[in-house]
Amino acid sequence: MGISVDKALGLDQYALAMRLERSKVIAGNLANVDTPGYLARDYDFKAALRDVAGDIQGMRSGDALPSPDFSGDLRYRVPQQAAEDGNTSELGVEQGQFAANAMDFQSSLTFLNLKLAGIRKAIEGQ
Amino acid sequence: MAFNSIYDIAGSAMRAQTVRLNTVASNLANADSVSGTEAGAYRALKPVFATLYQGGDIAGQEGINGASVQVAGLVQSDRSVEKRYEPGNPLADKKGFVYYGNVNVVEEMADMMSASRTFQSAADVISRTNSMQQALLRLGQV
Repeated sequence: MGISVDKALGLDQYALAMRLERSKVIAGNLANVDTPGYLARDYDFKAALRDVAGDIQGMRSGDALPSPDFSGDLRYRVPQQAAEDGNTSELGVEQGQFAANAMDFQSSLTFLNLKLAGIRKAIEGQ
Repeated sequence: MAFNSIYDIAGSAMRAQTVRLNTVASNLANADSVSGTEAGAYRALKPVFATLYQGGDIAGQEGINGASVQVAGLVQSDRSVEKRYEPGNPLADKKGFVYYGNVNVVEEMADMMSASRTFQSAADVISRTNSMQQALLRLGQV
C-alpha cells in the first residue's frame, strides 16, 4: 500500500487555491471602489469547496488531480447601502473581507504544513 | 499565478488614484486663477474611472477575472464660472469684469481624502499579498 500524498493533503490545497483566487477578486473590488457602476463580486466559498470535495471523493488511485474550477461560484455582492453611482463595492466591507481571507489563507497554509510534517514522520518511521 | 494579477490590480488602483490626486492638486492650485474672458477661465478637471476586466488565470476558465481600474479620460467640470466686478484687476475686461475658475474647494478636499484612502487600501493589499506569498514559499519547510 503506497501513500497517496495528493489524497493525504485532502482539501487544504484547494482551499489555498480558492483563497488566492478570492483575494484577487476582492483586490479588484477594492481597486474599483471609486469606479461608477462597478458591481462587486465574491465567491460562494462553501459551494466552491463542496464541488471540489465531490471531485476528490470520486477519485481513484492513479487518477490525475482534478483541476479546480471555481468560476461557477462567483456571485455579485449585495451592498449594505446602495451608492448613488451604482457602485456596490464598499471600502470597509471589502477591507474586512480581504483581511479575513488573508488570515484564512495563513490557516490553510498551517494545516498543510502540519500534514506535510505528519507525512514526513510516517516516511521516516519516527 | 494569481499573485501577479493581485499586484497588477492593486497597482492599477494606485495609478488611477495618483491621477486623481494630480487633478485635485491642479484644481486646488488654480482655485483662485483669474481670466479676462469667460472662455479662458479655469475649469476643474475630473478623471473618469472605468473597470478593466482581465482574463482568467487558470486555462479555460472564462468566469474568473480580475478587475483592475483604468482612467478612461479627463473631463472638465461644466459648473458655471464665477463673474466678478473687479475694475482694479489688471486682467479685467473693458467693462471691469474678471472670470474666476469653477473649482469647488470643499469638493476637492473631499476628493483628495477619498483618493488617499483608496491608495492606502491598495498599498495594504500589496503588503498583505506579499506576506501571503512569502508564507507560501516556506511551505513544507521545517
